[in-house]
Amino acid sequence: MMLIKLAWHSLGSRLGTVLLTIMMMSVSILVLLSVENIRHQAKESFQQSVSDVDLIVGPRTGQINLLLYSIFHIGVPTHNLSWDSYQMLQQQPEVDWTIPLSLGDSHQGYRVVGSEQQLFEHFRYRADHSLEFASGNAFNETYDAVVGAEVAASLGYQTGNAIVLAHGIADTSFSRHDNHPFQISGILKPTGTPIDRSVFISLTGLEAMHADFPGANTAPDLTPQSVTAVLVGLTSKIKTFSLQREINTYSAEALQAILPGVALSSLWSMLSGVEQTLWVISLLVLLGALIGMVNVLLLSMRERRHELAVLRALGYHPSFLFALLQLEAILITASSIIVALLALSAGDMWLREWLLSQFGLFLADSLLQAGTWRLVGGIMLAAILSALLPAVNAYRQGLGTQLR
Amino acid sequence: MFVINDLKFHYPDDDNDLLNIPHWQVAAGESVFLSAPSGTGKSTLVNLLAGIITPQHGTIRVMDSVINHLSSRQRDAFRARHIGMVFQQFNLIPYLSVMDNIRLASRFSDMSRAEADERSHTLLQMLGLTTLDATRQAEQLSVGQQQRVAIVRALVNEPALLLVDEPTSALDAAHRDQFIGLLMQQLDTSRTSLVFVSHDSSLKHHFSRHVHIGQLQHDAD
Repeated sequence: MMLIKLAWHSLGSRLGTVLLTIMMMSVSILVLLSVENIRHQAKESFQQSVSDVDLIVGPRTGQINLLLYSIFHIGVPTHNLSWDSYQMLQQQPEVDWTIPLSLGDSHQGYRVVGSEQQLFEHFRYRADHSLEFASGNAFNETYDAVVGAEVAASLGYQTGNAIVLAHGIADTSFSRHDNHPFQISGILKPTGTPIDRSVFISLTGLEAMHADFPGANTAPDLTPQSVTAVLVGLTSKIKTFSLQREINTYSAEALQAILPGVALSSLWSMLSGVEQTLWVISLLVLLGALIGMVNVLLLSMRERRHELAVLRALGYHPSFLFALLQLEAILITASSIIVALLALSAGDMWLREWLLSQFGLFLADSLLQAGTWRLVGGIMLAAILSALLPAVNAYRQGLGTQLR
Repeated sequence: MFVINDLKFHYPDDDNDLLNIPHWQVAAGESVFLSAPSGTGKSTLVNLLAGIITPQHGTIRVMDSVINHLSSRQRDAFRARHIGMVFQQFNLIPYLSVMDNIRLASRFSDMSRAEADERSHTLLQMLGLTTLDATRQAEQLSVGQQQRVAIVRALVNEPALLLVDEPTSALDAAHRDQFIGLLMQQLDTSRTSLVFVSHDSSLKHHFSRHVHIGQLQHDAD
């Protein structure tokens, strides 16, 4: 095909400019595809912070509050759930397992979460992943602690290290529990969930730390008084709603039971502003690159005046010139898309582990999903529309061409 | 070969007629030297004869077609098939090979690609270019070589009319005479009419007829 040959050699004759344009376009396409993917993946990652939990039970506050404490370990719980109510929950016939969570302390800015062995047995995230240890094992002794991957990485902890926990969440807390150093019994593998940023101790340890009699001969009563929230797994999903209603109307204490999926969705929709900002920024980057390409094509029109005149003289219709410019824009865009996709795949291959360990961002199996192809189609369409400007310019120049 | 009747042409931004030619006729096989100083509308006349632009008034009949009454697509197809053009310089697409430059024209002919290529090679050889030259990129050739390739391309479809506009201004005196000699030699073997436009009257002895653009215009006499 003469048209393809012309477009190809024409681009080849301006290789330097064309390569720079392709670089510019592919960088912006890469940004767009990455943002779109990470946006998508962040949502997935977020939605999968917890799975297999049927109900989250806590004191009556609000759905988002309860979710923030229990899953994201964010916020200061105003009041707790009594130990009696926790035991009541455990005794419900529909309840298969419970994971109690108790917040209130911190270590170097990371939240300390009091829990029980069930956490390591029953907690699931991302469909069916349970917590795994990179080294060591779960807490056995009163003063044992298990730290998340990010905590261990950023503070340089190994199993066996002693750490001091502080009351409250301020980093420079004056009320350090210096008398009760904890020993790290295990370090968790990265999960891409808030687990990575938490320190786990047993509820008994939490009580012992606050019961201020070090070295006392008489063993104190270390039964917890209360917990912040409880993750509940049921024997059958069908009973979820009836148990939720039962808990919400429990007369001995004001309790609240929420469905994790529903709460996560409504929390995510509160974050959608950030998501959209990212999206708009990457669209602007693409717009910049498209303007750059149009600029390069328009600038080339000056030096190609003779070329277009020759084609007209040989009997080529102005629509041929239009098609030529469009084809050049399509070739540039297609090359840029290919470069961007290759870079994205390379990044996917090499950065996957790093993203998970550094940013807790878990990438699903493939970055090249249906959404990616739709986006690539959209970029191509945008390029074709942008190239209308130089293409129509060539058409008009062809119509009024003066041969000299 | 072509007849112009009552032609009037002006550019959109100018009210005065640049060209006003009551009648001009060139017969088949004639070679006409049209002398015209710069700015007198010679390139405009060439573009009108080629059907790239159309006059506001009058008719231009080439062979059996009134070309200014054809649609723009029909005019392009007519030009591709029946009219050859050679310009002052920049005749070739610089980044294509010599052969591809010729193929840009020969694909419109009735010949098969192999026949057209063979004819192109023959013409190239007659004009002193080798088979090796045919594979080179157009921009690697000298200006003189490029002009010879332009003749080959203009003639490859055996046009009825060859329009040549100041083809020698980029050449020195020796090459100029050689160029015209080669051009006339090719024309002798075909029935192609030639209109050769130049401001340089010293070339007129090569041609069968000499016309000054002023003689064509309405206010001449």
